Amino acid sequence: MEIKDSYELPLSKERVWAALNDEQFLKKSIPWCEKLERRSETELAAEVKLKIGPMSTRFTGNITLSDIDPPNGYTITGSGKGGIAGAASGSAKVKLIEDKDTLSTTLSYEVSAQVKGKIAQLGSRLIQSTAKKLSKNFFGSFVKQLEDMDKS
Amino acid sequence: MNEVTKIDGIGSSVRRTEDKKFLTGKGRYTDDINKPGQVQAYFLRSDVAHAEIKSIDTKAAQSAPGVVGVFTGSDIAADKIGGPICGWVVPCRDGSSTKEPPHPLLAQGKVRFVGDAVAVVVAETMEQAKSAAELIDVDYNELTPVVDFVNADKGAQIHEEVPNNCYFDWELGDESATNKAIESAAKVVKLSVRNNRLVPNAMEPRSALAEYDSLDESYTLHTTSQNPHLTRLVLAAFMFAIPESKLRVIAPDVGGGFGSKIYVYIEEAVCVWASKKIGRPVKWTADRTQAFLTDCHGRDHVNDVQLALDDNNKIIGLRVDTVCNLGAYLSAFSVVVPTILHGTLLSGQYDIPAIYTNVKGMATNTVNVDAYRGAGRPEATYLLERTMETAAKEVGMDPAEFRRINFIPKDAFPYQTQVALQYDIGDYEPHLDKAMEMIDYSNFEKRRAEAAKRGMYRGIGMSSYIEACGLAPSAVVGALGGRVGQWESASVRVNPTGTISVFTGSHSHGQGHATTFAQIVADKLGIPMENVEVIHGDTDKTPFGMGSYGSRSLASGGSAISKAVDKIINKSKKIAAHLLEASEDDIDFKDGKFVVGGTDKEKAFGEIALAAYVPHNYPLETLEPGLEENAFYDPTNFVFPSGTHIAEVEIDPATGVVEVVDWAACDDFGNLVNPMIVEGQVHGGIAQGIGQALLEDAHYDENGQLLTASYMDYCMPRADDLPSFKVGYTNTPCTHNDLGVKGCGEAGAIASPPALINAVIDALSPLGVTDMSMPATPQKVWKAIQESQSVAAE
Repeated sequence: MEIKDSYELPLSKERVWAALNDEQFLKKSIPWCEKLERRSETELAAEVKLKIGPMSTRFTGNITLSDIDPPNGYTITGSGKGGIAGAASGSAKVKLIEDKDTLSTTLSYEVSAQVKGKIAQLGSRLIQSTAKKLSKNFFGSFVKQLEDMDKS
Repeated sequence: MNEVTKIDGIGSSVRRTEDKKFLTGKGRYTDDINKPGQVQAYFLRSDVAHAEIKSIDTKAAQSAPGVVGVFTGSDIAADKIGGPICGWVVPCRDGSSTKEPPHPLLAQGKVRFVGDAVAVVVAETMEQAKSAAELIDVDYNELTPVVDFVNADKGAQIHEEVPNNCYFDWELGDESATNKAIESAAKVVKLSVRNNRLVPNAMEPRSALAEYDSLDESYTLHTTSQNPHLTRLVLAAFMFAIPESKLRVIAPDVGGGFGSKIYVYIEEAVCVWASKKIGRPVKWTADRTQAFLTDCHGRDHVNDVQLALDDNNKIIGLRVDTVCNLGAYLSAFSVVVPTILHGTLLSGQYDIPAIYTNVKGMATNTVNVDAYRGAGRPEATYLLERTMETAAKEVGMDPAEFRRINFIPKDAFPYQTQVALQYDIGDYEPHLDKAMEMIDYSNFEKRRAEAAKRGMYRGIGMSSYIEACGLAPSAVVGALGGRVGQWESASVRVNPTGTISVFTGSHSHGQGHATTFAQIVADKLGIPMENVEVIHGDTDKTPFGMGSYGSRSLASGGSAISKAVDKIINKSKKIAAHLLEASEDDIDFKDGKFVVGGTDKEKAFGEIALAAYVPHNYPLETLEPGLEENAFYDPTNFVFPSGTHIAEVEIDPATGVVEVVDWAACDDFGNLVNPMIVEGQVHGGIAQGIGQALLEDAHYDENGQLLTASYMDYCMPRADDLPSFKVGYTNTPCTHNDLGVKGCGEAGAIASPPALINAVIDALSPLGVTDMSMPATPQKVWKAIQESQSVAAE
């Protein structure tokens, strides 16, 4: 399953890149995220609570950052276990492209995700729409926070 | 004074005596049974399709609330407990035998499908067991899963013992004669078809309750089985190495099986093992998701067919190359279903001088595939009847007439096919004619034209099927690779008052044996049916029996009962002769009375029974007291039901929805014992066939995740998907059993899918559509209509 989208931000690339690497900032952008802790330069531990179709479940897992190319982008790879609900894994390629003329940055992402166990068995029809919604929520609120900060 | 007693004998549509408890919710199923001190088992299952197990950490689960035990594959291995076995193997083309990899009760080192059991948690309650299972940490090293069975030989090897993921590569028939026929043919019709993968969906999920008695070191297992004696045999002899006398298996009321409850699954074996380990009764019941994931699935076949015709459109050869998916492990009958039960049926109702088939059985990272209502015969019928219809259209003949000229003629029986079977009897034109009459075949084009005015596409399709059932002569079964006998047993106990207890080795899980078998006994003894009680499903009560599958209960089990009753009658005649002071040869038995021929001297059956148990005036010097007889019946051949089903459909081009508007089923089941029950079996079978043809499809994604694991995604037929069926019969009684009966349990599911798909294609044929795969979902049909229209527009 693949999801692609992009946002244009009235900010410099460096500014957006800094936010993408600030776990406290990221956590605030993920309302369903209950825990996000940095373990090392490239590793984070996360706990998220998700509702997929008929199932509400808490995932615990690790997030790894790779292909780090400051301030142009990186790949976030995560996998989480949701107990008897199963497991999910996925990655998002995030790219930043700056437009010097308008002083804006385009954030684009490509998400691919896989699910296992009960989520696959019961919720497979809903995964695409759920993942789309979550991606949109995350990047949407990430952008909004940045914009708000910029205003204040 | 002659009192007329109403006998609900053979041929009477008696209402099912067992229905009172089922319809009032009083059935007693395995999960309804509870034992003092019972604990619950929950299986932690792999959520990945193919992986090495690096480690399993059960520490946290061990100390979770309510937990009394957590076990993994290493515990099973330490106790040297064996796994399920394959009950039937076949030779391969290269001279080797079927590859039989081990199937451990709990995964050892590797998991091979989503649902493979990794550990079992036993706790006071199911909730506690489930919660504790969440605490088990399994570290997997994931491997590439093999899902596409057609290309499984190129995938990662699943079992060390199975090179190229090929369990067997089997053949049957004369390859060179068949190829020669194809080369010399006036026309060769080629077709590739697929039998979609199905989930059996018995209404009652599988369940087991095992109890260990430490005083006499014996086990009792209640389980959802179609054959409790085979379950006992496999568990005792192959898994636990204990005397069979130390294991009692009871299959109480069982809510449907359709094949899926033939086999011994790992769960009941683990419950038996854990009941001793823990010292308390252990229960497990599957929820619906587990049923989807772990019940053996059915079908999943692809066939390449070549049908050779001469100048007169007579069939001169048939070649079928098949690849089938057997899943992660071999199940009890998974090898025989796509080989013997499929390849030997390829002659159908037709006189085909040369047939050859090759079948490759592949391993994949999906759950095991085994028998499902029809088991092999629906696959044979589907490919043959789809090809017959296609051939008829290609040569420009009416499909009925094309079948008719190729039928085995009535006077050719017994008929030896080119694929091992010898049909004892049959007459195919009468059921074709009758089915055509029932559906008013000759006026179909008027109905098509009328539907077209309403903007609907109307189509008609038929299928003339044959099946081999009533498994079967033990010697033949043995020669073909079967590892069990295929006789059936019965014990008929006449009680002192003349009532009868019948103990049968068959097992009823919806078939209505309590009624049908009582009718046979009542009919033969001339006594009221309510005086006959049928007991089944308990290894401590019934004689060793082979259980119910393959439409064998009446032909094999009923015949055993009939034989036992004959022995009762013979002994009764001796007693009557003594009481009536006549020669045994002069005693006639009729209408429940033993009469001295040509006199009015008689004894009622009840009087004989009483004399046998109160032998005060009795020939004790030559005859044992009591009146109880056993019989073991081993058939001399399979039985061969046949028939023609014709389906009529209407398709709405706007939605692609196929509506089944009419259905005529004319079957030859030989003599009918209870026509109402037979009709019910036909209805149920057609409903399942319609499910396969239009709705059902088990789908794994490329990672081996079962995406259709609930009723949200797996579509079962409902009442409004079905028309009112027209059911009729012809009768050529079976020549080799006393009752003249064949089998009716699977026929509907065998006959219906090709009839329906043929009708769908016929409906769309004005658009140029010539093929349609199962299930013909609205999406698929709509797409076919759109594509044909865009082709037409170009």
